[in-house]
Amino acid sequence: MNKSAHWIIYVAMLLAVLTVTVIVSLSVGEISIPFKDIFDIMADKESMEYGILAYIRIPRTLLGFAIGGSLSLAGAILQGIYRNPLVEPYTLGISGGASLGVTFAIVTGLHLLNIMFLPLAGFVGSFTTIFLVYTLSLRKGVLSVNRMLLTGVMISFIASSMMMFLMSITAVENIHGIVFWTMGSLNESNTTMIVSMIAIALISLVISYLFATPLNALRLGENKARHLGINSNITIRILFIITSLLTGVCIAVAGIIGFVGLVIPHITRLWVGSDYRILLITSFLSGSVFLIFCDIVARTIISPNELPIGVITGLIGGIAFIILLSGSRKNSRII
Amino acid sequence: MNTLFSVNNVTCGYKSGFRIQGISFGVEEGSFVGVVGRNGSGKTTLFRAISGDLKLLSGNILLQGESIISMSLRERARKIAIVSQFIEMSNITAEEYVLMGRVPYRDKFQFMDKKEDVEIAHHYMNMTGIYHLRNSRMSELSGGEQQMVAIASALSQQPILLLLDEPTSHLDITHQIRFMNLVEKLNQELKLSVIMIIHDLNMAAEYCSSIVMMKNGQVITQGSPEEVLTYQNIEAVYDTVVVVGKNPVSGKSVVFPVSQSNINEVSR
Repeated sequence: MNKSAHWIIYVAMLLAVLTVTVIVSLSVGEISIPFKDIFDIMADKESMEYGILAYIRIPRTLLGFAIGGSLSLAGAILQGIYRNPLVEPYTLGISGGASLGVTFAIVTGLHLLNIMFLPLAGFVGSFTTIFLVYTLSLRKGVLSVNRMLLTGVMISFIASSMMMFLMSITAVENIHGIVFWTMGSLNESNTTMIVSMIAIALISLVISYLFATPLNALRLGENKARHLGINSNITIRILFIITSLLTGVCIAVAGIIGFVGLVIPHITRLWVGSDYRILLITSFLSGSVFLIFCDIVARTIISPNELPIGVITGLIGGIAFIILLSGSRKNSRII
Repeated sequence: MNTLFSVNNVTCGYKSGFRIQGISFGVEEGSFVGVVGRNGSGKTTLFRAISGDLKLLSGNILLQGESIISMSLRERARKIAIVSQFIEMSNITAEEYVLMGRVPYRDKFQFMDKKEDVEIAHHYMNMTGIYHLRNSRMSELSGGEQQMVAIASALSQQPILLLLDEPTSHLDITHQIRFMNLVEKLNQELKLSVIMIIHDLNMAAEYCSSIVMMKNGQVITQGSPEEVLTYQNIEAVYDTVVVVGKNPVSGKSVVFPVSQSNINEVSR
């Protein structure tokens, strides 16, 4: 069987799993809605079930699809340009910056003026971090990968210290909001926000495919890629900016959801290989499946209460990663 | 013979201060040039200048009369292929690695490898004797096999000039000779011009048609192995006493080391 046939099977399998996960996500919850009834319910706009589906479960599921896919795609690309499988959007300090922005908005009461200020503050925070990491890592026009990584980690530390400072001087009721936001949630009912998030995710996926060949060449190292006619420097810059913006948007919409961008592309790579032509789409779809699944767990495990989704992704992702690390030599070699 | 490639009065270097200065030499079409010199004599810096990794401070480098600096990266990748001493230990298969050599020929929106690309890759994998390893991961191959994969990948670029940066330095003699025989075959049968950084002076004497000898960032001398590898030149460049003789079979020069105690013995 040739390569493209394999690839089509991978994508078909993931689409099938995604469909099942979406159905489960729509059915399961405090009120269970059997799949066969979903279409009838959607026709009857008066029923309570319609409300649950249209205003709660469908938006969450769509958001899980877009954000899980985006974070995983960003992780796959970042691991490619850094040639380091431990890199993910959050390792670069982007989440630290976003949390600081949101904390600042809550502490100063900005979010009371307009609810949109909260995601906006998150986005401004993450974008500032990206800008700082980028400029601090630029040496005579050349981006230093190691410097970016270290700068990102340090900026995370600085941001979390400042966040703790703000939390220690603010009123107690604000702390709950800050903590809840930093733990992440797919609870978002603003239609415009959901539609834009899906559009951004899919556009990013398409753009990433324009860079599939450069990413493949970068697997052989920056120098080798250049010897194959790829402008490594410009490729790395463009991809860094795209993935950072994508992560910034995800954080602004859903708060901090860690580990998706680290673990999912990693596991996907073990499964489909490291060719970016297949890795990009499979990482995206696996990320979607994973996040929708985590959301199902988050809202059913202590029902009727809901766990922050970041708790679930962190637990599942972190444990999976440790198992991979300590597992067979085949898996650990690429770390 | 026409001059294929020429380095003219090139100066370039690093921020740390090390630089190669006023380097000039020519490579004739179909020749096999060895670059020799001590560690730190500027051989690799010279290669980085040729491959475009390092900006030239002055001088120019011409390939078929065209400055390589004004070529696009892609254009250059179709003409010059480079095999470095170190190969990235990525988790990809040998076949994928070789196919990457076709990247300079890929159309902008080409998604899958063309049939032609796969055929070219397989052709060179057969030539280098690694076709049976096509599904093995690079990290599972031995050093010698990895070098053969890297050569097959470089050949898939269908270059007119092949640069080899000390590819045999960490191989045993079996793989060294196998590698050198392959390069010789490529040079003679495909008329591929080769420039190779080489540490082993005997290998250089046996295989190269011309040798460039470097010291302290400058070219000391260039010519046929017999002209360059004299005991005077070697002693001047390497600061080491040697005896130069003849290989009884090939008639090429052979460099014999002499130990300090034997030197003392003779001079007593």
